[in-house]
Amino acid sequence: MTSSDTAVDQPTEQVIKKDRVVIRFAGDSGDGMQLTGDRFTSATAAFGNDLSTLPNFPAEIRAPAGTLPGVSSFQLHFANYDILTPGDRPDVLVAMNPAALKANVADLPAGGVLVVNTDEFTKRNLTKVGYAADPLQDDTLTEQYQVHPVAMATLTRGALAGTGLSKKDAERSKNMFALGLLSWMYHRPHEGTERFLREKFARRPDIAEANILAFRAGHAYGETTEAFAVTYEVAPARLDVGTYRQITGNTALSYGIIAAGQLSGLPVFLGSYPITPASDILHELSKHKAFGVTTFQAEDEISGVGSALGAAFGGALGVTTTSGPGVALKSETIGLAVTLELPLLIIDVQRGGPSTGLPTKTEQADLLQAMFGRNGEAPVPIIAPRSPADCFDAALEAVRIAVTYRTPVMLLSDGSLANGSEPWKVPSVDTLTSIDPGFATEPNAPDGTDEFWPYLRDSDTLARPWAVPGTKGLEHRIGGLEKADGRGSISYDPDNHDRMVRLRAAKIDGIRVPDVTVDDPSGDAELLVVGWGSTFGPIGAGARRVRALGREVATAHLRHLNPLPANLGDVLARYRTVVVPEMNLGQLSMLLRARYLVDAKSYTKVSGLPFKAEELQDLFLRLLDGVQP
Amino acid sequence: MTTIDLGLPQLGGLDGVPTAEDTQTAKDFASDQEVRWCPGCGDYAVLAAVRQFLPTLGIKRENTVFVSGIGCSSRFPYYLNTYGMHSIHGRAPAIATGLAVTRPDLSVWVVTGDGDALSIGGNHLIHALRRNVNLKILLFNNRIYGLTKGQYSPTSEVGKVTKSTPLGSVDHPFNPVSLALGAEATFVGRALDSDRAGLTAVLGAAAAHRGTALVEIFQDCPIFNDGAFDVLRKGDEAAERLIHLTHGEPIRFGPAAEDGPGAYAVVQEGFGLRVAKTDEVDPSQVVVHDAGDHELAFALSRLSDQDLTHTVIGIFRDVARTTYDDATRAQVDHERKTRTPNLQGLLNGRDTWTVAG
Ligand code: SF4
Repeated sequence: MTSSDTAVDQPTEQVIKKDRVVIRFAGDSGDGMQLTGDRFTSATAAFGNDLSTLPNFPAEIRAPAGTLPGVSSFQLHFANYDILTPGDRPDVLVAMNPAALKANVADLPAGGVLVVNTDEFTKRNLTKVGYAADPLQDDTLTEQYQVHPVAMATLTRGALAGTGLSKKDAERSKNMFALGLLSWMYHRPHEGTERFLREKFARRPDIAEANILAFRAGHAYGETTEAFAVTYEVAPARLDVGTYRQITGNTALSYGIIAAGQLSGLPVFLGSYPITPASDILHELSKHKAFGVTTFQAEDEISGVGSALGAAFGGALGVTTTSGPGVALKSETIGLAVTLELPLLIIDVQRGGPSTGLPTKTEQADLLQAMFGRNGEAPVPIIAPRSPADCFDAALEAVRIAVTYRTPVMLLSDGSLANGSEPWKVPSVDTLTSIDPGFATEPNAPDGTDEFWPYLRDSDTLARPWAVPGTKGLEHRIGGLEKADGRGSISYDPDNHDRMVRLRAAKIDGIRVPDVTVDDPSGDAELLVVGWGSTFGPIGAGARRVRALGREVATAHLRHLNPLPANLGDVLARYRTVVVPEMNLGQLSMLLRARYLVDAKSYTKVSGLPFKAEELQDLFLRLLDGVQP
Repeated sequence: MTTIDLGLPQLGGLDGVPTAEDTQTAKDFASDQEVRWCPGCGDYAVLAAVRQFLPTLGIKRENTVFVSGIGCSSRFPYYLNTYGMHSIHGRAPAIATGLAVTRPDLSVWVVTGDGDALSIGGNHLIHALRRNVNLKILLFNNRIYGLTKGQYSPTSEVGKVTKSTPLGSVDHPFNPVSLALGAEATFVGRALDSDRAGLTAVLGAAAAHRGTALVEIFQDCPIFNDGAFDVLRKGDEAAERLIHLTHGEPIRFGPAAEDGPGAYAVVQEGFGLRVAKTDEVDPSQVVVHDAGDHELAFALSRLSDQDLTHTVIGIFRDVARTTYDDATRAQVDHERKTRTPNLQGLLNGRDTWTVAG
């Protein structure tokens, strides 16, 4: 604890050093909480903290104002060390209206800081969310929390009095006031936010200035008001040496696709139909045509994947992006791609299901759909990124497999990865390995004739040749009907079909994937936690906590869900207890049990929100103590 | 952001497709696969016409691609020695769109049927037509489901008795030409399977058209809908029914009149058209076909009755409109020319920070 210099005209300011802080901004959907959170995140990234974010917003664009369903929030965890999750509970809650308070205050632990915009606490707004009395007027909140009531709208209006903006327009900037106040409280740099606002509102300089004024007013309010006696300092994190940026999962996937196009020399073709939470990949890729990227907003999900497959037939890197409901519609075409044996990347940004489910919430319940959701024996490789930044590597890996093995590949991201962000150590592009499309250029008939056999396989990978239209002498016809092994002509022969089904399966089973690594610091753990996808963060954080208590736990995270790593069976067999936490009803554990005859216990949650480190810590401790979950 | 003027020149349907060095023949375009349609199927006539026709385009065989859906006619690609894909039910226009957008050096053809294009694949068809992707769609209309053994199709007449409609179909059929015109098609033609010359003429115009061309081909299915179009095939009766369109010519048909061809003429009536005896109307009343007139094309499509009393064939509409694929490629090309792609710069973005050792 240190004290800053005491200036005559300034209240005493106490600076408390902290290792980590979790802030949650919560307000109405129209209050700009996502933007506020984003800006705080960027400033935090620029400052050099490690961070992890969790946006949480309703599916409706503007749910009725001031209601509980209309609450939108953004949680940010930042620290002076490497962190794994967006944090279980906020240390600081900023509530812009009664609904935001009501929906979020239960997550604030006792003693937490609560900053409230009092201007919205009108009788009408309070009644709307079921507050009989104003909680700011009695001591229910002050008994538990450090409450800071701030008339943000009024103060913002005052700060913008000279700008000529209407009252309503002026009040719109109150989110920037809140951002300014919090930026002061946590010593965040300003420059980035001011520059960002100038650019964002380049065509409305008056609005840009208003937002900057409000931002500065929030900062000044913190500095000059005695109510805030304390500020906090979180030192930069000691991360690996390198160049970093902040990135969301959807942006990282987009960049991975662009990089894969550059590394393979293939033009990228994205066929996609808008769907939450995957649409941002379509938006991002459509900005990068200079990299030879073509984006096609299709008439439906089926056309999205169909056009991508058509482009792949023509020698492009075909990609389609969607969420679970879209995968359901694309299934028949994915089956066609399986039998055509053409490279294709299918990205499923999973959300709550079934059916329309919870469009803006996260879930991992499409694993079995990805694995088995097609007619016939139609295996596809499956890859799942573990964090927002990891989406870049996962996309590259998926394309590498698709091109090498001439197969559709399913990449399973999810809502929390898509919108969540973290620092990314940017790779140097010359360290990225190229991808060889290896197009067929000449006839390949084993009998030495000048025929081309489209289903003659590579003996190592079992991949078939990729011969694109325009190549003389390799004219051929492929289709959904069963093909004769080798020649590829239509075949109804029973033995041939049996052979082709097994060959297609063997090709996917034979894809070389890295062994799974086990994190078992002492090597003495008896409990192994197996995860996949976005549970990486909470599982790792839970394990850290358990180890901090002096107990042993091992973790293993699966990036490749099909085929599974070759050493996985041995790894599972080494531990007395295996548990698989998943945001579904036990899909990976079912696969592991079936595949390895191992008693993999399932721990599941489908609330639309990621696991908390705390609940996994409890789970691991219970298992270590022999209590069944 | 303002849209970029792409300044696209007017191109022909085959511009950009490399031309063949040697003369090609129908035989070159025949694959080694045994053709497996039922004896007497109208598909044979169309296949023979297409094999004859393709070499006349003078483009490289390896730059020709046929994509089909599911149905009897969708086996078509297997019988041509070009690149081909026999895909899944109804999806050929979507697959062909991805191919055509990424490969301007290919001549891309879609083969589909009335069930494939108008029922399960209706959405892809109308959107391909609206976008005007440089694709040629051959819609084999036999007014029945053949491959699934005889159910009524979206072009079967009301009352049709089939396996799935023992008491007669109660479904109102589509008029494929009206549908295509309503979907903003830039080229719509119709031909009869057995009319080699007429079919070839429409195919030639379709190939030359830059954009989506829909060619409806009346095709006989002797097994499940035998003789559906026979009234259009035989002598005088056919002449009384078939209205051939020629751009710039008065629309007259039927047995020869005193002043030359066509005892019957198409004349305007209200917002529509009607058939009149040529000698009962003033020659100035006879409609002159204009393939650039959308309203006329639609009115002509409505003149065709489901019962074939009058059947308009030829080219209803042929207008130039920027194609989706040309415009898409022009945007990509423009970006490639005006911005140097820098992958490292993209990955870094604008806000990086460095952690030093
Ligand atoms: S069922 Fe009809 S359309 Fe199909 S092949 Fe036989 S005759 Fe031709």
